[in-house]
Amino acid sequence: MANTDIIIHDKKDNVGVIVIEKVNKGQDCECWIMEDDSSAKIKSISDIPLGHKIAMIDFKEGDTIIKYGHDIGKVVKSIKQGEHVHVHNVKTKKW
Amino acid sequence: MEIPKSFLGYKRENGRVGTRNHVVILPVDDISNACAEAVANNIKGTFAIPHAYGRLQFGADLELFFDTMIGTGKNPNVAACVVIGIEPKWTKRIVDAIATTGKPVEGFSIEGSGDIKTIMKASQKAQEFSQWASEKQREECPLSDLWISVKCGESDTTSGMAANPAVGNLMDKLEPLGVHLCFGETSELTGAEKVCATRGATPEASKKFMKTWSDYNDFILKEATNDLSESQPTAGNIAGGLTTIEEKAFGNFQKIGSRKFIDVLTPAEEPKKGPGLYFMDTSSAAGECLTLQAAAGFNIHLFPTGQGNIIGNAIEPVVKLTGNPSTAVNMKEHIDLDVSKILKREMNMSQAGDELIKTTIRAASGRLTCAEVLGHKEFIMTKLFRSA
Repeated sequence: MANTDIIIHDKKDNVGVIVIEKVNKGQDCECWIMEDDSSAKIKSISDIPLGHKIAMIDFKEGDTIIKYGHDIGKVVKSIKQGEHVHVHNVKTKKW
Repeated sequence: MEIPKSFLGYKRENGRVGTRNHVVILPVDDISNACAEAVANNIKGTFAIPHAYGRLQFGADLELFFDTMIGTGKNPNVAACVVIGIEPKWTKRIVDAIATTGKPVEGFSIEGSGDIKTIMKASQKAQEFSQWASEKQREECPLSDLWISVKCGESDTTSGMAANPAVGNLMDKLEPLGVHLCFGETSELTGAEKVCATRGATPEASKKFMKTWSDYNDFILKEATNDLSESQPTAGNIAGGLTTIEEKAFGNFQKIGSRKFIDVLTPAEEPKKGPGLYFMDTSSAAGECLTLQAAAGFNIHLFPTGQGNIIGNAIEPVVKLTGNPSTAVNMKEHIDLDVSKILKREMNMSQAGDELIKTTIRAASGRLTCAEVLGHKEFIMTKLFRSA
């Protein structure tokens, strides 16, 4: 089993979570999908710290972020695959 | 793992079991704190639970105050209780309600005699209670005597990946054994509220949950003067990678595993439908939530944290766990169980649940938790509105 850099909760999720101390810009990362124990790969285009999210696909403004298989917010600034996903480009739909 | 069948607890007069044997000096109001603390200072084996309220409250806010004070005294972790208030009437109301458990309780009022004479009289009673309680022995009790409350804090994305689902795994394993379980944090289910509602064991429970959540959400939106994203998620949550309240809510929700809740409790309400999972309407502030859960009779608390919340409780031992490897190292003295190996895939969820069951049983049987040895005794009243 390769070392896991990123965990994805659900097969439907379009973001993953960094589970090593830090992912560096340009790093090839191994992803583990918890739901069905499958794997994926992604190249990071940002430095991303432990616990923070990485985009698994390209997003445009207004798109929905899916984590745990559910809607967790809307994209407010376009995001490229492999980019850091956080409060600078995603916002709640609740308040 | 074969789940142990028992733990060592203190059997109380009313059939409930305590995981601790506290002798508590309970002030009724803010101005009686000094007297209560003086008594606790005089008499070893006791401690006071000072707080900021108890004067001029009214209506639903006053009723919640009484439920919190009375429930704290009735909790089986309390062996005996001295109650001290400025006036006799409210003091007596609390004493009489605690006395229904059959445990030793005595009230003192300060008005007309002053602090010094009250301290003397109350100290004599506290000495008697402390020596009486010191002879109580732990006995083997079935796990069904555990009433486990849960609440998470300083969450980050590791909470939803490791520590919270580890608690959920424990719930899945212990609920069939007849354990009482309770989760709360009404506002922190925002975003996951519809999914949470589907976990009601009956249509009534689901309906009651949605009404409770909507009422709380309406209140928050009515009172909000700025973008709530400043408060929920908190700065600590955001530093840990949580971006929105919805993400926080789905992580939070992992704590109940695949269980269904049988009823929705009002703040500090004692569960009355037998063993199983309950949802309690609480704030998501840890001190307030735990105080309400302890007042409802829960005798041990599980607290998953990501960035490292340090909360304890006056009467309920608080077991902390984290899935964040940095927190497990940098805040080691606060963490009773480290489940960060889940992130490295060196530990699976079932193993984490088993480890948590072992840690919980050890704490319930008397091992002091990190929060206890560090002196955390938070007791925070939930205030519904201004006093008159």
